[in-house]
Amino acid sequence: MCLAVPAKVVRILNDFTVEVETFGNHARVNTSLIEQVKLGDYVLVHAGFAIEIVDQDSAQESLALWREMYAVQSS
Amino acid sequence: MPFNRAEPSPLLPFNDDLALGRAMLARIKEGLADWQRAHGRKLTLMEVCGTHTVALSHSGIRDALRPWVDFRSGPGCPVCVTDQEDIDAMLELATLPGLTVTTFGDMVRVPGSRRNLAQAKAAGADVRIVYSPLEAVDLAQAEPQRQIVFMGIGFETTVPTVAAALRKAVEEGLENFSVYSVHKLAAPVIRQLLQDPELKLDGLILPGHVAAITGRRPFAFVASDFSLPAAVTGFAELDLLGGIQDLLTQYHEGSARVSNCYPRIVREEGNRKAWNLVDRYFTQGDVRWRGLGLLPDSGLVLRPEYRRFDAQQRFPLNLPPAHLPPGCLCGEVLKGKVLPFDCRHFAKSCTPVHPVGPCMVSGEGTCATYYKYERREG
Repeated sequence: MCLAVPAKVVRILNDFTVEVETFGNHARVNTSLIEQVKLGDYVLVHAGFAIEIVDQDSAQESLALWREMYAVQSS
Repeated sequence: MPFNRAEPSPLLPFNDDLALGRAMLARIKEGLADWQRAHGRKLTLMEVCGTHTVALSHSGIRDALRPWVDFRSGPGCPVCVTDQEDIDAMLELATLPGLTVTTFGDMVRVPGSRRNLAQAKAAGADVRIVYSPLEAVDLAQAEPQRQIVFMGIGFETTVPTVAAALRKAVEEGLENFSVYSVHKLAAPVIRQLLQDPELKLDGLILPGHVAAITGRRPFAFVASDFSLPAAVTGFAELDLLGGIQDLLTQYHEGSARVSNCYPRIVREEGNRKAWNLVDRYFTQGDVRWRGLGLLPDSGLVLRPEYRRFDAQQRFPLNLPPAHLPPGCLCGEVLKGKVLPFDCRHFAKSCTPVHPVGPCMVSGEGTCATYYKYERREG
């Protein structure tokens, strides 16, 4: 039930609705629970709402840190 | 629009970087073997969230770590923890003339004391599945002659979406929309479990999407009050491994903290905007849990000024006592006390097609997950 999916914002429809895309699926989600989003942001979608904006810098930092820790080249 | 392989999601490596995953898994196995040599037993970890239960099985990580880790599922499947009395109440509401019950899909096949919502619908009750609570408000607007009740189940992750639906109902002045709130809070139930001397845990994998809303801080008590290492963890394969590795680091250091291993989603303070909206309509209250009974301040109820949207106030019911299916161990499974294999119904009289208890109904239920992924020949 707390399943939530990251999806890319591909269109801003109005102040509180965006169109998102994930793996080729498009959906409209409500953005009233998060701060301002912009095109290209990734949002976490749950029950028709974006509940958080994915911090992409943090995501890349995590991956870089792990690759360094485990001595694995970027794939 | 076709799927464009030229522009893969920058988040995809969390799910599909095999080389990194294998390296992490190998390091974790070494760490676990060290721990086992030092302690002479398996490590016992609880994954609190039902989505983690599924992710650990689906990814094969539960299986890969089986020689060293005993994973226990916790009370993190909303459908599973819903008390039988509340399910009976929904079934009773569904029989009232002019009333429509709306709910998430998982709920309709959960057995009540006498039947489930799907059977009630087949017998003529108006039960509709919604994906978002806003759809229930849209329905109330489209059908003003009917009373629309939304079954508000879920944890902190879901409640903001219900609060947003309430905001719309309030703004539109809807008189025919109400919520039957059985929303639950993760931190109070975890505290309750940790006070149980029968449950011996070495660490907790904490629910990343609850923490997305609440932040890490409400879980800090796990380390400060119980000296138990814990990791707020995401749901992709590398997230799971990262969370487990963090716990191993804590054992190695002899420390106990609540780490945020999902920083691309979880902020220390959480999503304040979402939580402020919850706070406008809901307040903490005592709620009933399957297997745990009435726990103080463990759920969210509507604030007094919004009681007119509270289905429990609007439609008072006089229900016969609920009764649980004889032999069903759901209440013990969701506390991590037993595994599904310990239940005499499991995979015999209780299957996803004919579930005896809610843990076999929900896609995130421990029994449904073990039925799908964890049964072994012989």
